[in-house]
Amino acid sequence: MPVYKKYVDMIVRYFPDGTITPMAVWWDEGKVYEIDRILDVRPAASLKAGGAGIRYTCLILGKQTYIWLEESRWFVEAKERPHPENVGC
Amino acid sequence: MERVILHSDCNCFYASVECLYHPEIRNKPVAVGGEPEHRHGIILTKNQIAKKYGVKTGEALWQARQKCPDLVIIPPNYSLYQRFSQMARKIYLDYTDQVEPFGIDESWLDVTNSAKLCGGAEKIAYEINRRIREELGITVSVGVSWNKIFAKFGSDYKKPDAVTIINQNNFRDIVWPQPVEDLLYVGPATKKKLNGIGIHTIGELAEIKQEYLHAKYGKWGDVLYDFANGLDISPVAKYDSVLAVKSIGNSTTTIRDLQTDEDVKMILFVLAESVGRRMREQGFKGRELSVSVRNNELFTVAKQCKFEKFTNISSEIAEKAFWLFQKFYSWYRPIRSIGISVSDFAHDNIPTQTDLFSDEHQRIRLEQLDGTVDVLKRRFGNYCVQRASLLKEPSLTGFNPKDENTIHPVGYF
Repeated sequence: MPVYKKYVDMIVRYFPDGTITPMAVWWDEGKVYEIDRILDVRPAASLKAGGAGIRYTCLILGKQTYIWLEESRWFVEAKERPHPENVGC
Repeated sequence: MERVILHSDCNCFYASVECLYHPEIRNKPVAVGGEPEHRHGIILTKNQIAKKYGVKTGEALWQARQKCPDLVIIPPNYSLYQRFSQMARKIYLDYTDQVEPFGIDESWLDVTNSAKLCGGAEKIAYEINRRIREELGITVSVGVSWNKIFAKFGSDYKKPDAVTIINQNNFRDIVWPQPVEDLLYVGPATKKKLNGIGIHTIGELAEIKQEYLHAKYGKWGDVLYDFANGLDISPVAKYDSVLAVKSIGNSTTTIRDLQTDEDVKMILFVLAESVGRRMREQGFKGRELSVSVRNNELFTVAKQCKFEKFTNISSEIAEKAFWLFQKFYSWYRPIRSIGISVSDFAHDNIPTQTDLFSDEHQRIRLEQLDGTVDVLKRRFGNYCVQRASLLKEPSLTGFNPKDENTIHPVGYF
């Protein structure tokens, strides 16, 4: 299945020392997916979605997922067709 | 102690970044090129697939399309490339503070002191190569050697996504058999000269007596001798020290060919205003001026001259540029693009040596006028105050080089 770059609404916690930790993904129609654990944080590119930034390897509902912070926007490698407004490059 | 220097070169930089961001075109021939409607229609970079079709950097878009009808041409997005360039430099800075950028997509790294800590130069080279691929999603070629020239040669030797090591044992086998124009700074003109005296490979250049090259080409002969023999000792600058600006310039390809002195004068004023304003913003005055002209056969000439006094006054720059232009251009062909650049900088508070024959009061008034116009332009936009002479043909002069053009090539010296 083709993968798309999907910019997402995020709930994020900013700590006093400046670190940023994503807490939950606010998916379409208000579905909120809480992030159970962050397994890894590193700079990385997404060849599938097309982009590069800080990659958070997250555990959501027992599944491992990547979420990227690219400058000031968050994106994921989404498997569905994107809503035209959310398509970025 | 022998130095350990890496040269890292992002392969097809602009095209690679665009291919990362547009997965759907990754398997197609891609080129990044200027906007044809503004006549900036040249190929800036192409990917490996387009290269196979013979698409060359610098050629017109229509020429490239003739060779490769399916070529995907993408307009450049400089701010994105700047971001990737910074991301790459951040990786380099993990290994050394001696990181000297050479253009937006290349850097030298002196890892003499960190090689031992990190397990050797080769290991660092492969690690940089891997990290750029994983973290930026593009590829680099890395050359490793004991001087900057051979390191650069190494990064050009095998592309893309490769590491080449050139040491004292193998440089005669790798570097010397190659054509002399593969050496940094041997361009078409030097190549012609060297070929003329029977030098075709780098090895042939290296084996000529230095005295002979010096007698024939002066200082430049010594430089070539050192380059070819791996004797170049120029250091890799520290990262924070190379940010100092050496020159400020702007150039433009005009929407129509320039036919008369009057046309050129208008364009020179637009460029000089931008150059002057950028110099004033950064607090510089300059003493050297360079004007380059490319005619509609794409033949380029550049000439330099000196100002009598350090200046950043727009009208002085424009008038001097026009004076120089009239001296060297004979209107053999109409002009396609023109550029000016000021260098040899000092801080703008440098004292001025006055003389009996120039009107220093007038110069101060011009400086104040420029300062006032700068404030107005900053507050109300670039076109709020303009010279009357530019209004003769607003379509020709209605561009803003200061904000529309930020990328400049750099020189080695």
